[in-house]
Amino acid sequence: MRTRKLVKRPLIALTIALAFSLSGALGAAETIKVGILHSLSGTMAISETTLKDTMLMLIEEQNEKGGLLGKKLEPVVVDPASNWPLFAEKARELLEKEEVAAVFGCWTSVSRKSVLPVFEELNGLLFYPVQYEGEESSKNVFYTGAAPNQQAIPAVDYLMNELGVERWVLAGTDYVYPRTTNKILAAYLKDKGVTDADIMINYTPFGHSDWQSIVAEIKRFGSEGKKTAVVSTINGDANVPFYKELGNQGIAAEDIPVVAFSVGEEELSGIDTKPLVGHLAAWNYFMSVYEPRNNAFIETWHEFIGDPDRVTNDPMEAHYIGFNLWTKAVEKAGTTDPDAVAAAIIGLEVPNLTGGTARMLPNHHITKPVLIGEIQDDGQFVVVWQTDEEIPGDAWSDYLPGSKALIADWTPPISCGNYNTETKTCTGQTN
Amino acid sequence: MTTQRWRGRSDGRRSPSSRVATGRLLAVLAALWLPLFCAHATPGSDGLEAALTQLTERSFATKAAAAEAIAESGDERALGLLRALLDGDLHFRASDGRIVFAERSGGGYRVRDALTGEALGEAGRREVRRIAINNQMRTQLRGLIAGLTLAHPDPQVRLAAVHEVMADPDDETLKRLRERLAGEPNGRVREALELALALADLEREDPAVRLAAIEGLAGSLEPAVRNHLVALLDEDPDPQVMAAAADALEGIAVRRQLNALAETLFFGLSLGSVLVLAAIGLAITFGVLGVINMAHGELIMLGAYTTYLVQQAMPGAIGWSLLVAVPAAFLVSGAFGVAIERLVIRFLYGRPLETLLATFGISLILQQLVRTVISAQNVVVENPAWMQGSLVINPGLSLTYNRIAILAFALVVFLGLVLILKRTALGLQVRAVSQNRAMARAMGVRSARVDALTFGLGAGVAGVAGVALSQLTNVGPNMGQAYIIDSFMVVVFGGVGNLWGTLVGGLTLGVANKLMEPWAGAVLAKVLVLVFIILFIQKRPRGLFPQRGRAAEA
Repeated sequence: MRTRKLVKRPLIALTIALAFSLSGALGAAETIKVGILHSLSGTMAISETTLKDTMLMLIEEQNEKGGLLGKKLEPVVVDPASNWPLFAEKARELLEKEEVAAVFGCWTSVSRKSVLPVFEELNGLLFYPVQYEGEESSKNVFYTGAAPNQQAIPAVDYLMNELGVERWVLAGTDYVYPRTTNKILAAYLKDKGVTDADIMINYTPFGHSDWQSIVAEIKRFGSEGKKTAVVSTINGDANVPFYKELGNQGIAAEDIPVVAFSVGEEELSGIDTKPLVGHLAAWNYFMSVYEPRNNAFIETWHEFIGDPDRVTNDPMEAHYIGFNLWTKAVEKAGTTDPDAVAAAIIGLEVPNLTGGTARMLPNHHITKPVLIGEIQDDGQFVVVWQTDEEIPGDAWSDYLPGSKALIADWTPPISCGNYNTETKTCTGQTN
Repeated sequence: MTTQRWRGRSDGRRSPSSRVATGRLLAVLAALWLPLFCAHATPGSDGLEAALTQLTERSFATKAAAAEAIAESGDERALGLLRALLDGDLHFRASDGRIVFAERSGGGYRVRDALTGEALGEAGRREVRRIAINNQMRTQLRGLIAGLTLAHPDPQVRLAAVHEVMADPDDETLKRLRERLAGEPNGRVREALELALALADLEREDPAVRLAAIEGLAGSLEPAVRNHLVALLDEDPDPQVMAAAADALEGIAVRRQLNALAETLFFGLSLGSVLVLAAIGLAITFGVLGVINMAHGELIMLGAYTTYLVQQAMPGAIGWSLLVAVPAAFLVSGAFGVAIERLVIRFLYGRPLETLLATFGISLILQQLVRTVISAQNVVVENPAWMQGSLVINPGLSLTYNRIAILAFALVVFLGLVLILKRTALGLQVRAVSQNRAMARAMGVRSARVDALTFGLGAGVAGVAGVALSQLTNVGPNMGQAYIIDSFMVVVFGGVGNLWGTLVGGLTLGVANKLMEPWAGAVLAKVLVLVFIILFIQKRPRGLFPQRGRAAEA
């Protein structure tokens, strides 16, 4: 009895698997599959679930318009569960088993680094929607979030020129994005004549909750006569106790403004923003931007999600841009073949949600406007400053000694993600 | 001359004067034109009304000029208007640009005219728009309000006003400060006024006046004093003044250091009190029952979620919600604790590895339960007003109320628990069972019931800790994970089965952590504390306060 059962089970599993793959193969003829690689459980689920929903909404909208190349789009959702190695496995599953035409996904830099070899090996396309630390350009990845020169550097310029800030606290969570960004910022500030004594760098663990001494230190650092600002790359929910402590210790935004790169509408919707009023965030999109295209997007989103209180944020706009760029490229190429799409997408332009256009550059980054907003007590931002035009994303920072000479250009004749303009050689992946 | 020189460097907060000038010009122009169009303009308030209209402009510079004009209008409503603008209560009607106070009511706003106070009925959410201000305007508004409230009847308001203008007063303000000093009845306000005037004297040309001012300022911890003195040190032409400034700065530096040390100690005790709160429930379940309860963190989380639910149930009374939440959280977590003990742990006594695995499983189940029932997202637990802000002891040292409250709360919980164990029948039975189970049973103690109640007590205390932690950190399904390691660390360090060990251990680790943090950084400080504990346990495996005697061998 027992042995028969043991034999039977794999047989059933095999039949089911066969049936599934068969139906998958049949389905592939009529639909174009789009992979969605966002964590739906674990610590990153808070942020990434929204992006999964955004993608589902965009795909549904496209299908209502008649799909792509005469075929319907079919979303394939997988859950990498905030587990970095699992990201690579799920990416492989999407590309090898599901044979998706493109993947939209990842949030943290470490998850992107984890899937990168898979996309390069299997020649897939990844659209990555989150602001990141730069210093990367892969043939297979399109970076629709901001590079440091599209977020961090303009924010620092704003503080320096408009608010007259002379002392700088660079506070961040201890991992790759804050560390690289702060390295770039410190180099940039020194370039502008700021001395070491006027820069304070501080790192804290993920989910840090006891901010007393750090905030007291910032207060002391800021009480020495020069206008001081905090540039925060503090990630995720550690921001809540940080801002709370700032409020409790009586540091108002007018005294020491905090400009954050990871705090958006979504993060603010979980907290009481009264003590935060006036603190700043630098993004390429704010929900409060009053543009017809944005208003329509917000309306569609509310209808899709069935909740008029849900907010929109910057990475959602990045997916909106990325998805539209991809569909346009597929239409231009007339196929979903990754190489053809990657060649067709460069130079394409689509409107963004803030009234401008986003263009895909040869380095696989896009052009974006930079907006500085002040937090309001309703969890929204009021734009207090913005760039006159879109800034092209720079893959390799001009302020780091190691990457000064590097550029990325995926068009012939260079076709290289890290081309050294001094030695005229490509030091990494090529075609 | 000297005044000029120092004024330029003072602190760069003022808005560029040219901007204000253009704005003022605009305001004047508007003031000239507006009465022609506005039928409802009352005579005498033209300037004010014109300035108010400017507030609907998009440019912050125009708005800043308008605020200035409001302050200078001399109208008695100016103060209220500026305050409303600062607090974000000032709106305008999209249809006719009328400036109104708007109060949220239902889906829209209840609207009142800002000048006349006349009720204008209800308006939809999109019909009324708030007048947005930015940080530069907030600074400006605070300054303007301070200027208007220097003679306010409430001494607290006067004190705040003096502090606001202290760093960089103009000649007009200085004159008013001097007048104020002559008739000021309140001691603290007088002190602040004298300080402000002494600061201004530092910029006078006569070295004797500067010397006298330095003498008056010696020992003050006000940041502005230190900054002005540092500036003197750099560029005062008179060597005597320079020497005096150096002396005064040295005195200030010593006092600042003492204050910083006191502050660090307080931070350490506060972190320690959080550790004690988190660990004390575990000290009972692990220490007395010997159960390695990996779900301890989730019992804390349940307490925090109870706080959230209590606040949801009584939205109008956030201040009282915590008082309700404490017993509620004790009961909820305690009930879960008893259930866990009855359903799982009692079958696993004496098998630590299985207990560990089972309770770890329970912790995952509880997390998922919260995710499914409430939400995977963090929830907002509000701080009552009395836990916000800080107690200012002197300008260099202030202690935040929420930390003081939690420190006191931790001690109360600790003493309560000690009393329960020492003074009640249940406490006696718990101690008896933990010392010698067989003998206790022979004496008629129902050990199974005692086990369940003990576990429930430990779990309930964890829930109470959750109420306190909900005031400090994020409340989400994962929050328990952050405390489980710390809790075990404290219990093992303090000595298993000893409540006093938990108290002393928790506070020691908190202070040690905070003493190291300034020079080692938050990440390394935590690592160093762990290394220290590992070394300590090597030397004294039973912790700070080991159990002695026969009980320890059992």
